Amino acid sequence: MKCVIAGGNVKVLGRAVHSLSRIGDELYLEPTESGLSLRAVNSSRSGFASFLFAPLFFQLYEPGSAGPDAELLRCKVHMKSFLGIFRSLPSLEKSVGKCLILLKPHASRLVLQLHCKHGVTKTHNLAFQECERLQAVFDTQRCASHLCAPARVLAEAVVHFPPTLAEVTLGTGPGGKISLRNYVEDEAEPSKTMVTELWLAEDEFQTVAVVPDSHITFCLKEFRLLSFAEASNLPLTIHFDEPGSVSHLPAPPDDFADDLESYMVAMETSEGGSERPPSPTFPLRTPRPAQSGPEEEEEEGAVPGTPPPHKKFRSLFFGSVTTPGGPGLASTQEVLAEDSEGEG
Amino acid sequence: MPFSAQPPASGERYALSASLDNARHLSSLLRAVHFQDHATCLATASGLRVTVEDAKCIQANAFIQADIFQEFSVQEESVIFRISLSVLLDCLTIFGTSSLPGTSTALRMCYHGYGYPLMLFLEEGGVVTVCKINTQEPDELLDFDFCSTKVVNKIILQSEGLREAFAELDMTSEVLQITMSPDKPYFRLSTFGNAGSAHLDYPRDSDLVEAFHCNQTQTNRYKISLLKPSTKALALSCKVSIRTDAQGFLSLQYMIRNEDGQICFVEYYCCPDENITEAELEEKQLLSFQISSPLLSSPLPPLPLLRREEKRREEEEKR
Repeated sequence: MKCVIAGGNVKVLGRAVHSLSRIGDELYLEPTESGLSLRAVNSSRSGFASFLFAPLFFQLYEPGSAGPDAELLRCKVHMKSFLGIFRSLPSLEKSVGKCLILLKPHASRLVLQLHCKHGVTKTHNLAFQECERLQAVFDTQRCASHLCAPARVLAEAVVHFPPTLAEVTLGTGPGGKISLRNYVEDEAEPSKTMVTELWLAEDEFQTVAVVPDSHITFCLKEFRLLSFAEASNLPLTIHFDEPGSVSHLPAPPDDFADDLESYMVAMETSEGGSERPPSPTFPLRTPRPAQSGPEEEEEEGAVPGTPPPHKKFRSLFFGSVTTPGGPGLASTQEVLAEDSEGEG
Repeated sequence: MPFSAQPPASGERYALSASLDNARHLSSLLRAVHFQDHATCLATASGLRVTVEDAKCIQANAFIQADIFQEFSVQEESVIFRISLSVLLDCLTIFGTSSLPGTSTALRMCYHGYGYPLMLFLEEGGVVTVCKINTQEPDELLDFDFCSTKVVNKIILQSEGLREAFAELDMTSEVLQITMSPDKPYFRLSTFGNAGSAHLDYPRDSDLVEAFHCNQTQTNRYKISLLKPSTKALALSCKVSIRTDAQGFLSLQYMIRNEDGQICFVEYYCCPDENITEAELEEKQLLSFQISSPLLSSPLPPLPLLRREEKRREEEEKR
């Protein structure tokens, strides 16, 4: 595999790596015909994130020779090592002109070379391991509810919760309102715990199609990854169903502005407390084909060296958890300060 | 020992007596060599030299010339003592380390001679502090015997090009390998850490390179833990000169411009680390990765073998 990323896209790649580093300790690289996929999974295998960089993102993209017999090389590297190369986003922006990623078939190292200003070249030779394909199992069609909002709205909502908070419950209430509330363990004494509840009106979202009185609880740390979406000014769609099923966020349709980066987040829900068994939903599976618009095909003949006009990629899946017994968890907490706007 | 809150009259005979309007001219340079608690101070008519050493492998010197001081007098040919650099720095910065424009700490330094403490009188905004720091027998200092005639390779770089590189050095690597050559890669800094190897290449025609005098290809390795403190000196400097001699001894000279635009120098000397070869380094790195990832599905080929093959191929290409 050989690919070259030019200019401002190096920083975008850096941001993606930073986001993935919050999920797992290993970065999976999978070059495919539809682009380079960077993925990570958390240790309990309940959260999974994936970024797919379409060929147009690159100045040069050669996934490698893949005949009918040969499979494209998949590998994983230590997240810390990869992150170390992209650690400082401002300095990437300021001094890096080009990034080359090279993986030769019988090489023992993944090569990352940054061409910086003043003619300086930084070459990193990373040790890697060949690995199995990492893929989350999901089906948008099966999700009963979905929401779509600019990432900024959700980011601003999440900011009200303490940074150390582990889990948050997203619920649907009367009048189409959406609530976010911190998840409190059953064992905690009601008089000694602080409950934060936030309600978002329907008009804050671009789309609301939810099953009334449904709730899901998910890990807030992984949800904070939407800082990537915020930085890229992207809308976020959340699909969810009952606890225990897989939820998913698809890429927005191609009728968005040409240079908008498309991105996808999926949440996988599983039952049980903190000692979750390894998720059964990560078997070997062929990933869904990329939804490439007609514009992308036209650009394939672009002159190398010109910055790609489209930067499309998909991303992020993370797990959600709830205790058995289904929804209704939120209603056991007494709300001391009701939402002042009328609910009727 | 007599103790007085008044600065001594200029008629008294002190082995060393100096005045400095802005103590930061001294403290910032001393910080650039502060990687050990103790330092040896040598004062001669030309100025003050503060030396710090570690492990008999590394030596750093901060030079503050006599003309930086408003007054500088040394009665004997030279005055030398050992002192706690940590305490000296704490005293010099007793009024705080933040540099507000317009405010500065004035310093008067006096040393009676052998056996006497170093006296510091510091004043800022009308407040005076008197410090008395005990001195000790000076240590025997290393002599790297580094003179310009013995230099094999020399490069002068603008510090801004190296600052980020040094700050981001992979500290999991035991060594910093420096390659200097009249041919490619010209000037290369390499580390061999848990992540893998990293190489930073500066071409000879880079606009960061002010002077390039390399006669021979040399690759030397230095313990990274010993060189890391030089980052402080690099951060203060505007230019750095990198020189090596035939034995691979390294000299780093940093040109530092102080707040008043005066030039001072800090230099670091380091012995090469002979104990480990590049092949051994790469192999060690490979092993550490294997240990931390027990589920290695496909065993990687032994690296030293690969490197030998690569070198053979490179040599063939050259011909």
